[in-house]
Amino acid sequence: MKHRPWFLYTMVVFGLAFFYVPILSMIVYSFNASRLATVWGGWSTKWYGELFQNEQVLEAAILSLKIAVVSATAATVLGTLAGFALARVKRFRGRTLFSGLVTAPLVMPEVITGIASLMLFILMAQWIGWPQRRGFSTITIAHITFSLVFVATIIRARLLSMDRDIEEAAVDLGSRPWQVMWDVTLPVISPAILAGWLLAFTISLDDVVITNFTTGPGNTTLPILIWSKVKLGVTPDINALATITVCIVGLGVVVAGLLLNRAEKRRQKDEAMAYQENR
Amino acid sequence: MADGPAALEAPVAEAAAGAPFVRVEGVSKKFGTFLAVDDVSFDIARGEIFSLLGGSGCGKTTLLRMLAGFEEPTKGRIHIDGRDVTDVPPYERPVNMMFQSYALFPHMSVEKNIAYGLKHEPLSRGERADRVAEMLELVQLQDYGGRKPHQISGGQRQRVALARALARAPKLLLLDEPLAALDKKLREHTQFELMSIQEQTGVTFIVVTHDQEEAMTLSSRMAVMEKGRIRQIGTATDIYEYPQNRFVADFIGSINLFEGQVRAVSGGVAQVEVEELGQVSVTAEGEVAAGQPVTLALRPEKLSLSRTEPEAQNRVAGTVESLAYFGKDSLYRIRLASGRVVSANAPNARRGGEGQWVADWEDDVWLSFAPSSAILLVE
Amino acid sequence: MAAITDPLEDEASRRRRLGRWFHRQGYMQGIIAIPYIWLVAWFLVPFLIIFAMSVATRTPTAPPFGFGGENPLLNWSHYERLFTDSLYIRAYLTSLVNAVAATALCLVIGYPIALGIARASRSWRSILLMLVILPFWTSFLLRVYAWIGLMGTNSWFNEMLTAVWNGLVPQAWELAYVPLMNTNAAVILVTIYSYLPFMILPLYANLERLDLTLDEAAMDLGSRPMRVFWDITLPQSVPGIIAGGMLVFIPACGEFIIPNLVGSASRPMIGAVINDEFAYARDWPMASTVAVALLFLLVVPLMVYTWAEQRAEDKARAREQEG
Repeated sequence: MKHRPWFLYTMVVFGLAFFYVPILSMIVYSFNASRLATVWGGWSTKWYGELFQNEQVLEAAILSLKIAVVSATAATVLGTLAGFALARVKRFRGRTLFSGLVTAPLVMPEVITGIASLMLFILMAQWIGWPQRRGFSTITIAHITFSLVFVATIIRARLLSMDRDIEEAAVDLGSRPWQVMWDVTLPVISPAILAGWLLAFTISLDDVVITNFTTGPGNTTLPILIWSKVKLGVTPDINALATITVCIVGLGVVVAGLLLNRAEKRRQKDEAMAYQENR
Repeated sequence: MADGPAALEAPVAEAAAGAPFVRVEGVSKKFGTFLAVDDVSFDIARGEIFSLLGGSGCGKTTLLRMLAGFEEPTKGRIHIDGRDVTDVPPYERPVNMMFQSYALFPHMSVEKNIAYGLKHEPLSRGERADRVAEMLELVQLQDYGGRKPHQISGGQRQRVALARALARAPKLLLLDEPLAALDKKLREHTQFELMSIQEQTGVTFIVVTHDQEEAMTLSSRMAVMEKGRIRQIGTATDIYEYPQNRFVADFIGSINLFEGQVRAVSGGVAQVEVEELGQVSVTAEGEVAAGQPVTLALRPEKLSLSRTEPEAQNRVAGTVESLAYFGKDSLYRIRLASGRVVSANAPNARRGGEGQWVADWEDDVWLSFAPSSAILLVE
Repeated sequence: MAAITDPLEDEASRRRRLGRWFHRQGYMQGIIAIPYIWLVAWFLVPFLIIFAMSVATRTPTAPPFGFGGENPLLNWSHYERLFTDSLYIRAYLTSLVNAVAATALCLVIGYPIALGIARASRSWRSILLMLVILPFWTSFLLRVYAWIGLMGTNSWFNEMLTAVWNGLVPQAWELAYVPLMNTNAAVILVTIYSYLPFMILPLYANLERLDLTLDEAAMDLGSRPMRVFWDITLPQSVPGIIAGGMLVFIPACGEFIIPNLVGSASRPMIGAVINDEFAYARDWPMASTVAVALLFLLVVPLMVYTWAEQRAEDKARAREQEG
């Protein structure tokens, strides 16, 4: 007789319902014909049509994507370097401060990070004349700073769990340190680098608070636009926008998950076959 | 890389006759305050398979890593083929290593793995491919060149690691626990394969292992290490039959050790007083003097078992306390009058039939041994 | 090179030799310098500005602060106000209460979910885990927004809650709708919703690694399932509880968006107070002072967390070295 933890399974089901009911409700109401967001007025897709003609939304989305791509790429480069420093260099001047700088933004309340960055930008404008206008560049700098520490954390963890023997093997086989880096280390940790980029991209695309403080007039990202609209209440077009976002992200994550799962299964099958062949 | 092309050619005996191929000279390694390797010196001849044998933490792996160049000796020099390589970084040493974990590059195929070290050699594309094919043939993996490391079995990975390390035709190949990750059956087979590959290539091997049987089968000579020091260097026979100290005697195989004192020495035979055995006579090889405290070491298989009191001079009575049957032989645990329990091996030369005595539980028996079978240890 | 006679050979030659071998020095200096300079410029400097600003004096200039000159060099009055003005004290308490409540409820809800996933069959585990992570990848803002839709006075969810409430209580207490929006309860509810995955994931990571034969051993020795949980599972999952608790508590304390959208304007949390001082009162020094105070609120749990992390890492390293 095996004991089945029914209570736990029930909680899992309730937990998943808690996660998904609000999102599903939002999706259903995005097809609501009524202008009143909470009163059902029949099925309609008109809000989607309006959304695609709303230039303000499209502009904001494009700006958000631009910032996300640039900041994720820069954050991945800087974060990978920082991850290397933390995982591989046991002693250097100011290591304690450096590891503090890589951890602190993870726990710093966003309001503080945002206001602190804004103060810096204002003071810099006063003292050195840059930035005269806040917008793309200031938002991107703030996003890079914020998301590079996430990348660094991922890369550091990957490097610490990596088998150092393969690097030594490459040195043993005649490669110089920088060659080892290109031939062995970077290819082996490349999935972690990709994961870091995706995380940085998502963080940037999603950020409201820090963007709110570091943006200037006329530079509205999508989350800022949504935020300002949501403050005024629930509207069907936001429901539609939210549904599109959720669907794109959901699809992306599910596809990535399935691909990873399939790669893992194939690897297991290969290993099992190799094992049997040699018996 | 200065040594690359030279290393690829078959090694020529350019060194003066009699000069050692590898010379380790007073090498020590400190990690913080921990002395991992303590003033180790030894010489290895060209074409030897030399083992570093010892328990975990004895410094054997650190010593190997210093030979590869991954660690720098705190003190001492290392010479390979007449050249001082102490300050040469690993990527310039004519030495390659087979890692315990094999350390195959997971993102490269078997072929690419083997070819990796060759890209630093001035070879044409064709020469490189030939060399890879040659290596694949050497380890009998011709059909596996395109596979990734995770697509082959543990035994095949081991062979790829070997082929990769040999591809650059190193002067010296270092093998870190080469068989530890294989299961028992495969291990025996691979042992002989390693020896035949060594013979074919003529490369000098240094093997690190914790497995004494592996060291004994594989190597021409071995060094037994303890706490960063070498306790004895010699052939398998030297180490097993003529251990120089208690540690080596106890570490290799099983052995009975007794404390005693030399009473008299004459004509190469010492009379030793041992509390549990009485006075016994033992062939004395080293320098022992009367009155000296010694340890008497007796291998279980050197003890003969009989029902009646034997003629031999060295004998003692006891009772069989337990026995374990292993098929080809049996191990007896015999309690002496003093309460001391001694191990003795007896071959099961015949199938126990009528009239054939075989010792059983609780039997009273006699143990005896020849003076030349016992080992006297002064350390 | 001269023969080395002393193990403590001269420093210069040692350094030269070390420099050749990559994981020790050499080009790693460059690798460190680039992110280091970036973080100092864009994180450390603003952070220090906050500290400096908290002792500056508010002036009607632009930017609105003075430092030295006719103003006092160190103006501690803002810190005094922090302890005397009920606005700040109330904001603190609200933040603390909300964060503690959200963390505790996340633990109560998240623990059985994490345990349930950890005890599910292998194939189910990865699916369930993905279902928990999926909402975390969708926009934070939109997840808050989804609840605004649910909590509104005439939404289906609110109507359902109202019906349940009216069915349970005496007639005198019946309501036309459940007042959810713009309350502190709404802030706690949405905080739980947003941060529950942060509780479940570290707990799951911890629970999944537990050795189930220990449970079997305890049962074999006569413990009932509930007893096994208290004696075996729960003590072993303390690191997961600490990690999950910190991951919820810390962002919940400084939360800005959730109270802004669903909270009550009369009971602001610290984040809102900082923003108001800065943006509306244009009192940079006071905003900075409240920010510094918020950081102090986070220091204690952070130290606990770092300590626990460090201990776990040391343990793992010790185990690795033994092996």
